[in-house]
Amino acid sequence: MRSQNSSQAVLAIEDWQNAGFGLYLHWPFCQAKCPYCDFNSHVSDHVDQRRWLSAFRSEIARYGALTGGRVLSTIFFGGGTPSLMHPDTVAGILEAAQETWTWANDIEISLEANPTSIEAAKFDAFRDAGVNRVSMGMQALNDADLKRLGRLHSVDDGKRAFEIARNSFDRVSFDLIYARQDQTLADWEIELREALSMAVDHLSLYQLTIESGTAFGARYDRGLLRGLPDEDASADMYELTQALCADHGFPSYEVSNHAKNGAISKHNMIYWTYGDYVGIGPGAHGRVTVEGQKMATTTPLMPSKWLNQVEKTGAGDAEVETVSAEDQAVEMLMMGLRVNQGVDLIRLGDLGKKENFLNNINNLEEMNLLERGSGHLRVTPKGRPLLNAVLRDLLVD
Amino acid sequence: MTDLAKIRNFSIVAHIDHGKSTLADRLIQETGTVQDRDMKEQLLDAMDIERERGITIKANTVRIDYTADDGQAYVLNLIDTPGHVDFAYEVSRSMRAVEGSLLVVDSTQGVEAQTLANVYQAIDADHEIVPVLNKIDLPASDCDRVAEQIEDVIGIDATDAIQVSAKTGVGIHETLEAIVTKLPSPSGDPDAPLKAMLVDSWYDAYLGVIVLVRIIDGHLKKGDKIKMLSNGSVHHVDRIGVFRPAMETIDTLGPGEIGFLTASIKQVRDTRVGDTITHEKHGTTDALPGFKPSQPVVFCGLFPVDNAQFEDLRDAIEKLALNDASFSFEMETSAALGFGFRCGFLGLLHLEVIRDRIEREYDIELITTAPSVIYHVYLRDGEMIELHNPADMPDLSLVDRIEEPRIKATILVPDDYLGDVLKLCQDRRGIQQDLTYAGTRAMVVYDLPLNEVVFDFYDRLKSVTKGYASFDYQMIGYRQDFLVKMQVLVNEEPVDALSTMVHRDRAEMRGRAMCEKLKDLIPRHMFKIPIQAAIGGRVIARETLAALRKDVTAKCYGGDATRKKKLLEKQKAGKKKMRQFGKVDIPQEAFISALKMDS
Ligand SMILES: Nc1nc2c(ncn2[C@@H]2O[C@H](COP(=O)(O)OP(=O)(O)OP(=O)(O)O)[C@@H](O)[C@H]2O)c(=O)[nH]1
Ligand SMILES: C[S@@+](CC[C@H](N)C(=O)[O-])C[C@H]1O[C@@H](n2cnc3c(N)ncnc32)[C@H](O)[C@@H]1O
Ligand code: SF4
Ligand SMILES: [Mg+2]
Repeated sequence: MRSQNSSQAVLAIEDWQNAGFGLYLHWPFCQAKCPYCDFNSHVSDHVDQRRWLSAFRSEIARYGALTGGRVLSTIFFGGGTPSLMHPDTVAGILEAAQETWTWANDIEISLEANPTSIEAAKFDAFRDAGVNRVSMGMQALNDADLKRLGRLHSVDDGKRAFEIARNSFDRVSFDLIYARQDQTLADWEIELREALSMAVDHLSLYQLTIESGTAFGARYDRGLLRGLPDEDASADMYELTQALCADHGFPSYEVSNHAKNGAISKHNMIYWTYGDYVGIGPGAHGRVTVEGQKMATTTPLMPSKWLNQVEKTGAGDAEVETVSAEDQAVEMLMMGLRVNQGVDLIRLGDLGKKENFLNNINNLEEMNLLERGSGHLRVTPKGRPLLNAVLRDLLVD
Repeated sequence: MTDLAKIRNFSIVAHIDHGKSTLADRLIQETGTVQDRDMKEQLLDAMDIERERGITIKANTVRIDYTADDGQAYVLNLIDTPGHVDFAYEVSRSMRAVEGSLLVVDSTQGVEAQTLANVYQAIDADHEIVPVLNKIDLPASDCDRVAEQIEDVIGIDATDAIQVSAKTGVGIHETLEAIVTKLPSPSGDPDAPLKAMLVDSWYDAYLGVIVLVRIIDGHLKKGDKIKMLSNGSVHHVDRIGVFRPAMETIDTLGPGEIGFLTASIKQVRDTRVGDTITHEKHGTTDALPGFKPSQPVVFCGLFPVDNAQFEDLRDAIEKLALNDASFSFEMETSAALGFGFRCGFLGLLHLEVIRDRIEREYDIELITTAPSVIYHVYLRDGEMIELHNPADMPDLSLVDRIEEPRIKATILVPDDYLGDVLKLCQDRRGIQQDLTYAGTRAMVVYDLPLNEVVFDFYDRLKSVTKGYASFDYQMIGYRQDFLVKMQVLVNEEPVDALSTMVHRDRAEMRGRAMCEKLKDLIPRHMFKIPIQAAIGGRVIARETLAALRKDVTAKCYGGDATRKKKLLEKQKAGKKKMRQFGKVDIPQEAFISALKMDS
């Protein structure tokens, strides 16, 4: 079995070594469900954090056995709302991670935080537990829009929490959602300028996506979600965002992410450069190379189901599948073309040699949507806002 | 066999939706022909597509036993007919098999275009007509007004019109009595050589071809050797029977009776409706006048979305054609669409029905190209070409003149909407022939080019009159006009499947409308796309579809790899469903939608 795939195996090992190795932990609880959000988040009064801590620790130990000896470069607490975790829970998890893997000297440990006072009060304790970067869900810098987005905090709450975060952490990012209902280009420009004046070293600027299965999705389907920008308006906003951020020293390094002085999210970069990451918690996904095979892991979405399963069976996965070489190449492109550096063509293996694929590249290069250089394939500035269409035409046979 | 004096044969005719099939339900039920527990609404509309659309497409025959108030047992053969104008042919041949008609008129609506068309056909067939005013259970029912209308517009006596609710059953007994007392019994000579009319035939998977016959003279028995007079072919009858409405075999059919036979006939095409059937030996030589054959009037190309399904499509079309002699097909190839079929239909509804059945019953997704009528193209050398597909239009330098099919359209419409109807007909190059009034309703007769009507005239008529107008038409022949072929170029490349024949004076308007439509129908691409309409080499209309500007997933985290892959697969599949013309993907529905006019 292994000899048959040996070249692929070598490539895969190199992969996680090149692109890094990260740990993602999913905290599936929120104070309230936001109407736009389709992340795996649940509202619950009774969360026994000690049970959750032991489940996380047991999963860490299990993955440690599969990936022993690796150097962990990043840890990310995502959600849901991980800032609702007790600092002791965070500390306990980090302790387990440290016992399990060798940590890189510059390990990045991020935590997503909602900008409310309750959470801000815990920032120092999170830092003491080991967290060294926070990403705050600011979402908007005007109260009317925060309300429409169903957020529980005001702009003032957000700014106060942000001030605390700046003092507690060296690295602070915040998220904004734009292209909101009734938002004009001029409105967004004012808000973005303010955001840039506040920003520390990182910004995530997401255009509002209407997801099916959310409250906004249902409203949209019934034609009740009015005032959303059309394609041209959303393209204008995107272009403005790119230009304004670059002007202010926050150039984009990914479709929606901007960093100052190269202070990129190293953890997210592992996804985009198709490295290895362990995913623990309800709804967490992972891509882990085990014995030379890239494995895709998923977990149950329901928090109680995941918790019970870990406690009863000692393993929290729903599905574990090997990712074929072809699918790896496709995933690599989907993720990798999102970032400036693009995708290393050699890593695409056989797909990179297919005549049809090379023809597609040529056509897209002719349209100035893709470009090749120093062994990498990347989207041009013209291609980036069209990435989904570019990918479709790149991979169509 | 049944005593001639105890037989009554009749068709139920009406404008679409006036309640023919529901009335048939009640007649079947009241006489106990079908048990109550086996009844369902519009029992005779058995095809999926009939049930789904709530309309009758195929005429259906049922034999009913009825003991009348006079104490005598009668045999009634009823034929429920379709109301839609596309299937008028079913009505006309059904009428040839019977002596009388129940003329159903919805008492909330009154006389409509197909009411008139059917009455004329019934009169033509020498029928006794019994008017039935239906839907009297509805508050809007107005029997006096409608009876008056029948007398005024149609000119038949409506004083004895029966008031019925086919829904509640009121008046059904009276209807049965009227059938027995008012309709004539058939005549025929039981001792003469067999002479039977081939009324209809269809294919049954188990029994092969089933032939519906009306016996005129003589007897038909199981085991008989029969001969078709048209071609002399001989068949051995292996089964005869009647419809109740389920098939029931019997031993003999005598004069005046209607029933079916099977005779190991392989294809519907081996039988000709209207033909005369007799015995091989000692048969009659005196043929019945026959029916005028039905002619397809609308043509379009059907291509499988997935080229690999061409053979499946052939199979599906051949099977459907087995059952529907009015539908024609021949293979067609197109540079852009690959292999497909050029098919002929009785009208647009017929086209839609066949297309739906192929898509659903055979699971083949189709691209339907622009519908066209048959043009007569006269070349300078005197030759005449029947042009079914604008793509085949010969070089203009060879053409002397082009003639197009014209129709006589009869439209009934309340006064208030007359202006809109006249404008619509005028816009469609109509020539007014007649305009009369019956109360507050106008009846307009127009001479119109068929090509202006086949496509969306009926939809437009319904929309400008809020559904109050009714429409019927007949072909009246060919006439020369100044017709040109209009091409559509997408990204500078001509798309044959979008070529149409248009009148020179309307070309610019049509061209503009099509370009605008296509601009909405074709999704944005990563480059801008000029869309042009042209005659010969001259561009007469142009639109530009702007380039796609934004299509990217805003947020993509680790767990999204799997989800994004699914999305990508869906997008790739979506792209495959479109057809590539040069670098441009055109969605399958665009070919028809582009032709729909908003005015
Ligand atoms: N209220 C009421 N509705 C009726 C009556 N008769 C028929 N309908 C309704 O009218 C609609 C059309 O009835 P059908 O029997 O299908 O009409 P049809 O004339 O056979 O229609 P086509 O075969 O399509 O021409 C159906 O919704 C029936 O339920 C009636 O006496 N009263
Ligand atoms: C997984 S959420 C968790 C963060 C945290 N719970 C919060 O809401 O502040 C991460 C970010 O995704 C973005 N996001 C979530 N749903 C989105 C949507 N439908 N469209 C655009 N951005 C969205 C928001 O900016 C959010 O901060
Ligand atoms: S946006 Fe954040 S707070 Fe809101 S439901 Fe989603 S995960 Fe929870
Ligand atoms: Mg009917």
